Amino acid sequence: MRGMVIVAVVVFALFILFSGAAFVVDETEQVVITQFGRSVGEPIKDAGLRFKIPFIQEANFFPKNLLEWDGDPGQMPTLDKTYIWVDTFSRWRIDDPLAFFETVNNEMAALAKLDNIIESATRNLITSHHLIEAVRNSDRKMDIREVGIDETIKEIIVKPIEVGREKIAKGIMEQAQPKMLQFGIELVDVRIKRINYVEEVQQAVYNRMIAERKQIAEKFRSEGRGESSKIAGEKEKELKKITSEAYRKAQEIKGKADAEATRIYADAYSKDPEFYSFINTLEIYKDSLDKETWLMLSTKSDFFKYLKKYYTE
Amino acid sequence: MARREDRGRDPWGRDNGGLPPEFDKILKSITKSFRGGRFNILIIIVAIVLIWIVFSCAYTVGVDEVGVIQRFGKYMRTTTPGLHFKLPRGIENLTKVKVKKVYTEEFGLRTLRAGVKTEYAPGKRYLNESLMLTGDLNCAIVPWIVQFRIDDPYKFLFKVRNIRATLRDMSESVMRLVVGDRSINEVITRREEIANEVKIKLQQALDESETGIKIRTVELQKTNVPEPVQPSFNEVNKAVQEKEQLIYQAKEEYNKIIPKARGEAEQTIKEAEGYALDRVNRAKGDANRFLALWREYTKAKDVTRRRLYLEAMNVVIPKLGNKYIIDPEQQGLLPLLNLGREGEKK
Repeated sequence: MRGMVIVAVVVFALFILFSGAAFVVDETEQVVITQFGRSVGEPIKDAGLRFKIPFIQEANFFPKNLLEWDGDPGQMPTLDKTYIWVDTFSRWRIDDPLAFFETVNNEMAALAKLDNIIESATRNLITSHHLIEAVRNSDRKMDIREVGIDETIKEIIVKPIEVGREKIAKGIMEQAQPKMLQFGIELVDVRIKRINYVEEVQQAVYNRMIAERKQIAEKFRSEGRGESSKIAGEKEKELKKITSEAYRKAQEIKGKADAEATRIYADAYSKDPEFYSFINTLEIYKDSLDKETWLMLSTKSDFFKYLKKYYTE
Repeated sequence: MARREDRGRDPWGRDNGGLPPEFDKILKSITKSFRGGRFNILIIIVAIVLIWIVFSCAYTVGVDEVGVIQRFGKYMRTTTPGLHFKLPRGIENLTKVKVKKVYTEEFGLRTLRAGVKTEYAPGKRYLNESLMLTGDLNCAIVPWIVQFRIDDPYKFLFKVRNIRATLRDMSESVMRLVVGDRSINEVITRREEIANEVKIKLQQALDESETGIKIRTVELQKTNVPEPVQPSFNEVNKAVQEKEQLIYQAKEEYNKIIPKARGEAEQTIKEAEGYALDRVNRAKGDANRFLALWREYTKAKDVTRRRLYLEAMNVVIPKLGNKYIIDPEQQGLLPLLNLGREGEKK
């Protein structure tokens, strides 16, 4: 009984010693061993079971994997004096845990350092470039076929992009990187997440967009009216052409017929014009004289000559 | 002993199973009972611990996942679906990663209720995610969805601490990069193209950061201009409609008039042709009649002449109302005529 208790106490003591000496390093961790607050030996970067002197040495864990930094959006002017919000983020890792431990010691402090350094680098880069350089990334030809785009904007768009967003981000990183080295921090990348106009500029941009659209709408409407008038004119022209051509043709046909008829009449009647006028006159008498007509005839006329005498000399 | 690492705000996976009591706590309870000298209880506890150890040695991996084994924190192996064995907890730890599952991240919108007709939360609240500048310095609202799965569990677990934040930041950055190189028109009309380019660039960025994530799809929802500008964009659409309407109206008028005019022209011509036929035929008729008559007339000129004359007189004379036959040798005839008769009647 007593012996068992002693065994248990010994086991317990050994366990305490062991748990003070052994520690597990995860794949995502690295460790700096310190003795009374000062670092001892090389930092541990490989995962696995590790040992230290219990109670005297202390294991300080730091993340080994890629860490995030998300900056607060900052308001700053571009080279062309447009005020914008710029929101950046960065990936970083603790490259030298020893330096990290000795300088900043913990992540919160590191993030504060990143805040300062990246934000000032961002400001430097943004204020020394035109807005369009930060918005666009390449010289890609954009489809801006639309009518009536504001001339000034067109100029900005047409201007070749010299830097572009990715290179500005790279510039930020290149400025910030050397300053982070002393803290044992490696910046893996810095990227621009968001760029937006500040409130007042935004309103102005909206107004410009609205004006631009209105202008385009007006253009469409007037195009419609123009096109409509064109068609109406076309119609009028076509109409005149059709009617006049028909008239011309009709007149030609009639004229030809008249000529033909005239020729036929002439051919026939010229055989004996006197006889023609004789029978035709008789026809006219038949048609034109009626009971309203008074006729006074002499007995010397051919018709009544027999009234006086039955013979002719 | 086994230091429990704060895994961060990792939203997926890192499934350690139900956390069993820590080793040292168990040992403490053992020693407690030891001091009490209750051996039977001690035996029971030891048995329980042994059973637990055995159970913690076996594990199953579901069909849609893989198991990642770490021995004392060091990555050992990745196991496929099925039943597997490992050293007891504390020595070898298991993390299951769902590699088949497709995860979705939404930007500028949130799904309220997924289903046949998926409902989205109003985008206004997430405007800061979707509002961006286009290459012609206009503002556009571009909401989108990224679907992905875990391709490399090792990288996914160990290489990046906050994968979700990384993915979200990268997506926003890449989307703005792509949209920044396009005009507002392209952003509104060529969503497919943008989605494809974002997918390629985002995958590149994620590979560079060793996230172990594979993008399945990038899908742009309805892109638009900011709300205050929308009415003016609609106005343009309306103007396009109006333009077309005006043109159609004009064409309608054209089509109403012209074919009719063509018909009428045809009519005019046909009528003229009719007139011509009529005229020529009549002329021919008249001429032939005359010629026929004349031919006979030439055979007996005098008598025919007389006959024609008399026949005509026969028709004419009876028709006449008043006939006066005057002998030229008679004088002063005129007063006899009652020329004023008409007037008297009145």
